[in-house]
Amino acid sequence: MIELLPPALLLVASALLTGVLRGTLRDAVVLLAPLATLWLIWQVPDGVVLTAYFLDYSIQPIEGGPLRRLFASIFAFMAFAGALFGFRQAKWYELSAAQAYAAGAIGVSFAGDLITMFLFWELMAIFSTVVVWCGGDARARAAGIRYAAMHLLGGVILKVGIEGLMVNTGSIEIRALALDSFETWMILLGILVNVAAPPISAWLPDAYPASSPTGSVFLSAFTTKTAVLALILLFPGADILIPIGLAMIFYGIIFALLENDVRRILAYSIVNQVGFMVCAVGIGTETALNGAAAHAFAHIIYKALLFMSAGAVIYRTGKHLCTDLGGLYRTMPVTAVCGIIGALAISSFPLTSGFTTKALISQSAVEQGMTVVYLLLAAASAGVFLHAGIKFPWFVFFQKDSGLRPEDAPWNMKAAMVLMAGACLLLGIFPGQFYALLPYAVTYEPYTAGKVLFYLQLLLFSGLAFFLMLPWMQRTLTITLDVDWLWRRALPVLWRLGQRLADAVRAGYHAAIVPRVTNLTRRLTAHLGPNGILGRSWQIGTTAMWVALLLISYVAIYAL
Amino acid sequence: MSAPNHDHWLSRPSTIRGLWIAFAIVLAFTVAAELFIDIKGYFGVDDWPGFGAIYGFGACVAMVLVAKALGVLLKRRDDYYHD
Repeated sequence: MIELLPPALLLVASALLTGVLRGTLRDAVVLLAPLATLWLIWQVPDGVVLTAYFLDYSIQPIEGGPLRRLFASIFAFMAFAGALFGFRQAKWYELSAAQAYAAGAIGVSFAGDLITMFLFWELMAIFSTVVVWCGGDARARAAGIRYAAMHLLGGVILKVGIEGLMVNTGSIEIRALALDSFETWMILLGILVNVAAPPISAWLPDAYPASSPTGSVFLSAFTTKTAVLALILLFPGADILIPIGLAMIFYGIIFALLENDVRRILAYSIVNQVGFMVCAVGIGTETALNGAAAHAFAHIIYKALLFMSAGAVIYRTGKHLCTDLGGLYRTMPVTAVCGIIGALAISSFPLTSGFTTKALISQSAVEQGMTVVYLLLAAASAGVFLHAGIKFPWFVFFQKDSGLRPEDAPWNMKAAMVLMAGACLLLGIFPGQFYALLPYAVTYEPYTAGKVLFYLQLLLFSGLAFFLMLPWMQRTLTITLDVDWLWRRALPVLWRLGQRLADAVRAGYHAAIVPRVTNLTRRLTAHLGPNGILGRSWQIGTTAMWVALLLISYVAIYAL
Repeated sequence: MSAPNHDHWLSRPSTIRGLWIAFAIVLAFTVAAELFIDIKGYFGVDDWPGFGAIYGFGACVAMVLVAKALGVLLKRRDDYYHD
């Protein structure tokens, strides 16, 4: 018996309605459905709420709990903020796909079993691909296909793992798994594809910046963070996640430093930020898991804000390269200020959300006595300020006068940015209220004079490093090769080489073998063919004569 | 940084000089403040005065250098994938 409407279903329904309705009604659905979903999310009690049968398995489509509620809430909030940002500018099918995509993320959040999780996982893959395609040009189409191929592959790997687990243990319940068998490794690998762990991370900076100015806001929020939730639920404390997370952190920084495309800078910085969360899941203590969940929550808000700021600039100017932009603070002050708040939040400046959430992750490394991890996280915090905190606002809004004098963002985009900027500050100024929503009790106090001073030193001197090395930071009209070079360049080249080899073999066959075979066939035909001496049909009389001759010789031999 | 048309107060050279001076004062202040505020170190090294400042600066220089070196290998013209 269903006592409550599954929150994800409401968004699926509104995604369908968005396609049918027009005008104000559609706007109302796009904006109100996520809020109604948010309300429904808070009606889900703890524990398994719904049980159903799928094939021969008992599945739990809805399982409540603080962690699940936290993630589902931010996904629903994000669906609202993204809709507010784009409902007057985006195509209706982009808004519709974005709602279905958000529904997938919320469905994964509440999934009590791996089958339900997998179904919603694939829903996300399909509709996020549609959102990428809504970029509308050749780049978006190609990137969308590469994105879909990567996620379908990841889905297959995940499915292999889930099926292995079903066969070997008979249990599809979502619980902490040990990395002691082929199937659990497959599940981890499938999730790592979505988390954008190197070397399979290149799909993210390839696809997200190819989407529309509104689409990248949605894309930045759901896929990687549902994967983080899946890691928290399935692999808390898996040691391997610590080096993977650290690799993501530094890979994101280094590649963002080299990048010229504004949204690719932000895309690499998603990998960087998710690295912090993955590392925290690997540490696996209560403080660390709180940190991973809190940081995911805060990250969704400030990263969406940064993508909104970049999206508004691209929407107004049509330009997306650092080399083409600059000096926009003059005419886009709201977009600039909100972008700067997002940049400060991602850099974990005191009084912003990044400070209160990332501190939990660092604290967990301290508690576990992980010196190297702690110091690397601190270095990475400095690096975040460098590659995103200063670089993004500096090159877009300051730097040089590009001569561009675009209008500031449309009112709905401004409203969404102000909403998100306010959320960044609220989470930073009132951490206690936010900590109360986390899965485990928090005793940590982020605002001590010593900690604030340490972070101010760390970040401000990173800023000094940025401006002293500014000549080296100037962007050029270049791209930086990532792992996707393998399937965008190396694989096609190998394919063409293979084709050329096949052509050569075929040519050789035609030149050397075919004439000989033809010659042989002709000679054989001469003797054995219909007109050949041995092959042609004889008249009855001739045959009778030969038979008679044979019989006579037989009789003669016998008689002798 | 020196914009050709000084249309906005923020782009005036005098403002930029002022900002640099203010920034330098703030930087000096964050280090000097350690005389009054103790930064609790967890692992020994981070107990040194000015550790945050030196570590932040050093880490950034190192990351920029690594990025520079990697850029030599991996940078291509931006129409690389277009042919």
